[in-house]
Amino acid sequence: MMDRLKHSLIGRLLADPMAVFAMAIIVGLVIVAVFADVISPHDHTAMNLADRFAPPSSTYWLGTDNLGRDTFSRLAQGSRIALYVALVAVSISGLIGLTLGMIAGFGPRWLDNVLLFVFDTLRAYPTIILALALAALLPRGLSTVIIVVVITSFSEYGRVVRTQTLSLKNAEFILAERAMGASAARIVFHHVLPNVLGPFFILAAMNLPVVITIEAGMSFLGIGVPPGTPSWGATLKDGFDYIRNTPWIIIAGGLPLILVTLGFTFLGEALRDQLDPKLRKSR
Amino acid sequence: MTETLTVDGLTVHYATREGALQALRDVDLNVPAGQIVGIVGESGCGKSTLINALLQLMSENARIAAGSVTLEGEELVGAPSRRLRDMRGRDISVVFQDPMTSLNPVLTIGRQMHDIQYREKISRAEKTRRAADMLGRVGLPDPVAKLDAYPHELSGGQRQRVAIAMAVLMRPKLLIADEPTTALDATLEVQIIDLLKELQREIGCAILFISHHLGVIAELCDRVVVMYAGEAVEEGPVADVFNTPSHPYTAKLIECDPGRMKTKAALLPAIPGDLPDLTAPPTGCIFRDRCDKAAEICRTSPTPSAVTGAHWARCHFAGGGRQ
Repeated sequence: MMDRLKHSLIGRLLADPMAVFAMAIIVGLVIVAVFADVISPHDHTAMNLADRFAPPSSTYWLGTDNLGRDTFSRLAQGSRIALYVALVAVSISGLIGLTLGMIAGFGPRWLDNVLLFVFDTLRAYPTIILALALAALLPRGLSTVIIVVVITSFSEYGRVVRTQTLSLKNAEFILAERAMGASAARIVFHHVLPNVLGPFFILAAMNLPVVITIEAGMSFLGIGVPPGTPSWGATLKDGFDYIRNTPWIIIAGGLPLILVTLGFTFLGEALRDQLDPKLRKSR
Repeated sequence: MTETLTVDGLTVHYATREGALQALRDVDLNVPAGQIVGIVGESGCGKSTLINALLQLMSENARIAAGSVTLEGEELVGAPSRRLRDMRGRDISVVFQDPMTSLNPVLTIGRQMHDIQYREKISRAEKTRRAADMLGRVGLPDPVAKLDAYPHELSGGQRQRVAIAMAVLMRPKLLIADEPTTALDATLEVQIIDLLKELQREIGCAILFISHHLGVIAELCDRVVVMYAGEAVEEGPVADVFNTPSHPYTAKLIECDPGRMKTKAALLPAIPGDLPDLTAPPTGCIFRDRCDKAAEICRTSPTPSAVTGAHWARCHFAGGGRQ
């Protein structure tokens, strides 16, 4: 049954031009990330002081930065960091949010109130302030970025899943299942979970670019990756310092961010259209 | 005659801010094996509470204050939850009112019908065969293809047929039909009624049919129970109850049935007054405040008095009483 759903889902996504565009960007990003070492024309760490601030050319496709490092090679390496942070952070926060949300929605009232309080408290915290506070406490690095993202975003999944579960709990088909003798575990895993997963995956797809932007933002502020790491945010920061004379660095650093955000957002919207059986256009 | 379902003195209270709401008071009900018994009553008369109590699936604030529910001699009130879960779906099952909401929207019909058979130790292929066979029996065209369909791909009538197929798939002893035709249009209503009759003959289960549509009850049921404000006020063979209603409420209900009106009227007839407040039900006859015949004697609670052999009404004036 999952196979069938997957096949037909991919089939339907391929018929949607927006989804094809989105998937092309994402597939492109994955290819660049996997083959970053092969497609980089230069070593991304190699400094060539003679060619500092070189404009885009056939040698340096997107120019070089203040230390003469090839921007294209750095961006290609940066896609690995972006994908890694996005996938790990979204998986962890999604799993925590899904579990807590279903517990809140299906469990006793007092537990729901406790979890809701936790969700609200975390949501009330501005991401950047929390990031600055945690950056002061934790060592600088990708794991800190991931921890910040997980803490700030799992409550969002939790709230969406809780609301879904709560409305399903009193749905007539759940009552019908109980009248048919289904156990609580059976209802949760066979009937509630599949109904919750649609909105959950849509939210996850929409959140991937947000996470990439948070990583870039933290690196831009100097609290993300350690200096020298070719994160997109670090490239943006390098370019920002020299925006007056060599604007191509910051433009080149911003492009992949824009593309990836668009790609994941479009995919999320296409998924929303396709995963909800009622919204699905019958052909 | 053996009884499939026996409800004896069932009293259910809901805890509310205003105190205990007495949703069901001393309800007696018998569903003999192989018969179709109808329950009729307006909204708020306790029909849903009764169904939930029969299934022992009541909301958290509900409490069975007194009475018993037995299915083929086995007591359900206070039975261990494991045993109850085992019986639900296998011995007792339900068709709900709205087929638009009673099927899981994200699972295929086949998957849901497989799921019901999770207790059966038979192969997947056999489960699929049984499911398709039952879909064919309830009159769905192309049942094998329907197994791969999602509920939204079917029409309302088809969905209700699917819901019925699911309910009778395990050949229950008692099928509860909770207004299964209310959400459907009139032509489908007739088809569903015929289908239930046919399935009842084939499977031999007893059916408890809940409706506020008198015509449907008359068409389908052997016996009928009239409920008002949480009490069973009259019970008997369908023909007797509808031809010689012996409780004033039943008589009013029949008068208000648009299908029986003989003369043109600008307004549909209605029973004046409202349902009594069930947190503090009046003493004496529950229908007293809305009854034309109310007299001094109605300040005391009427006991069921026999009209004819199997026909009784909870009214001081019923049967041999002063008319």
